[in-house]
Amino acid sequence: MKAFTVLEGPAAPLLRPNINTDIIIRIERLRDFSGDKLGPYCFESWRYKRDGTEDPAFVLNKPPYREARIMLGGENFACGSSREAAVWALQAFGIRCVIAPSFGDIFYSNCFQNGVLPVVLPAKTVEALAAEVEATQGKGKIKIDLERCIVTSPSGKESSFTLDAMLREAMLKGADQIDLTRAREPQIAAFQDRDRQRFPWLYTAGTSSA
Amino acid sequence: MAGQTLFDKIWDRHVVSDMGDGYALLHVSRHLMHDGGSEAFKALKQRGLPVRNPDLTFATFDHVISTLPGRTAETNPALTQRLYSMRVDAKAAGVRLFDLGEPGQGIVHVIGPELGLTLPGTLLVCGDSHTCTHGGMGALAFGIGSSEVVHVLATQTIVQRRPGKMRATFEGKRPVGVTPKDMILHLIGVIGAAGGTGYAMEYAGSAIRDLDIEGRLTICNLSIELGAKCGMIAPDETTFAHLKDRLYAPKGDAWEAAVADWRTLPSDPDAVFDREVAIDVADIAPQITWGTSPEHVVGVDARIPDPMTVGDADRRTALQAALEYMGLEGGKPIAGTPVDWVFIGSCTNSRISDLRAAAAIAKGRQVASTVRAWVVPGSENVKRQAEAEGLDQVFKQAGFEWREPGCSMCLAMNNETVPPGQRSVSTSNRNFVGRQGPGARTHLASPPMAAAAALAGHIVDVRTL
Repeated sequence: MKAFTVLEGPAAPLLRPNINTDIIIRIERLRDFSGDKLGPYCFESWRYKRDGTEDPAFVLNKPPYREARIMLGGENFACGSSREAAVWALQAFGIRCVIAPSFGDIFYSNCFQNGVLPVVLPAKTVEALAAEVEATQGKGKIKIDLERCIVTSPSGKESSFTLDAMLREAMLKGADQIDLTRAREPQIAAFQDRDRQRFPWLYTAGTSSA
Repeated sequence: MAGQTLFDKIWDRHVVSDMGDGYALLHVSRHLMHDGGSEAFKALKQRGLPVRNPDLTFATFDHVISTLPGRTAETNPALTQRLYSMRVDAKAAGVRLFDLGEPGQGIVHVIGPELGLTLPGTLLVCGDSHTCTHGGMGALAFGIGSSEVVHVLATQTIVQRRPGKMRATFEGKRPVGVTPKDMILHLIGVIGAAGGTGYAMEYAGSAIRDLDIEGRLTICNLSIELGAKCGMIAPDETTFAHLKDRLYAPKGDAWEAAVADWRTLPSDPDAVFDREVAIDVADIAPQITWGTSPEHVVGVDARIPDPMTVGDADRRTALQAALEYMGLEGGKPIAGTPVDWVFIGSCTNSRISDLRAAAAIAKGRQVASTVRAWVVPGSENVKRQAEAEGLDQVFKQAGFEWREPGCSMCLAMNNETVPPGQRSVSTSNRNFVGRQGPGARTHLASPPMAAAAALAGHIVDVRTL
């Protein structure tokens, strides 16, 4: 996984509540294309009109936001389907950080598997960041410093955020969770020995049926 | 010290290692896979790792398969290779795959409880967000992403942060025409699509205890639409009666030992929840969604909300966008809205009791000439049971199409879509923009409400039929 330390770039505001992962990437796109090819399809239901041309009113089609590296989202951002391709599509578009008041639970976990940083800030703070960005017609950049856990607005206002130490460390190092867990293999084996004694019926499904 | 909740008890018995900060490495007692799984096997192979516990993983085909009558793996040629790969990979790994036409094949969240793979007290995961369904059996079950699927295959564990605890208590007697689907849609309408975010949800109260297992699965299925980590219902005699003699349920002495253990699982009377919500079931009318989030829901006898009455600007914009997408006007009654498609199926409402309830409405009547209506049973076993009861004939005679088991038009991953601009009443779980196909307009409802809409040709209060 790619490490995340500091990121500075244009930020696209899309503050609607309950944006779901179906909107971020349609199911047939993730079925038909590999993750790195999903950029053109990110938010396609909103980005393109029925005839396939771009909708100029949609934020990601406006010039400074076409190069967005950060997204400012609304409450419950990326709720719904577990599709990890929602993260891949954002990433393929160029976005490596989403700042929102809250996130869909599975999307939040999926971000950490891919080096995309979800930052939780109060709704008022996200709205203030969006207002500053919009006041500069998208030219004002936002900076995220994961070492210090600070988001800096275009005018230099700092907001601190919290992130669980384990997740922060894994992001800073770009650590691989499977490798980390495999290092605990003796504990897993010991757990299963105990579990088989306590709940033997959990381990007989594969054999009891035939 | 306060007592423990159902959630606490199951979480604690799966902790392999405490990772601090509320995080734990948890053992996975059951892992279910669907036809998206070949990518996970590929990723595992690339790492040179074996499946750690193939006997604890079970697979089936549901998402991409065609549900056309007489379908085979070759019916959707573009998707055939994916099914072939899954067959080869599952066999090589020693993972049991329930293949097309075989009893056991079906929507992954239908077959787990049906086969007795899903047991009370288990921690069950699957790379699908509606895995919360299995909580209706008294399991701790949640959806995971595709990287996490690889992690589970490799290690039989998952890293999780302990969520908060929330309880929704449903009391009172369900009015005629009100189903479990209406109960849970109503709750989503009350607390919102983010109302459960950060929580493990437990459903309790007399109206929950009164439900059969299939109704409980429907309730828990929509937990993710509340944003909840999982939804759970304490196991009881109803659960045990459902499980006894199921193919993969414990037998003999093991059964007795298991039931004795499962009786210890319900939340202690003095257990404390971080958030509580109470619902009076007597107040609920049959529900129907009008917008593009499950929280956009009203009683079928109510009016579509008027965005101009909403103070918050972002919310108002979202409502306006939803109405525009749906081609509806705020302030108008929802009943009477013309319908083009009806879909009865999905992991929410495709079990035998759902089909019986829809068939009871359809029997002796005719689908409106302007409507195309599908019934897609949740599993091969559900299909066979329905056919043994003659439900397929009831549906066909009424003008419904009777199809093969799969996810079908719920997520439209298998090319089965509602055409752009057309309106569907669906028993599924998501009315998101484009969910049933680009430009498709979805109204979520119960199986009887969907059947009634098919007959009437428009959204109608099933109680008036």
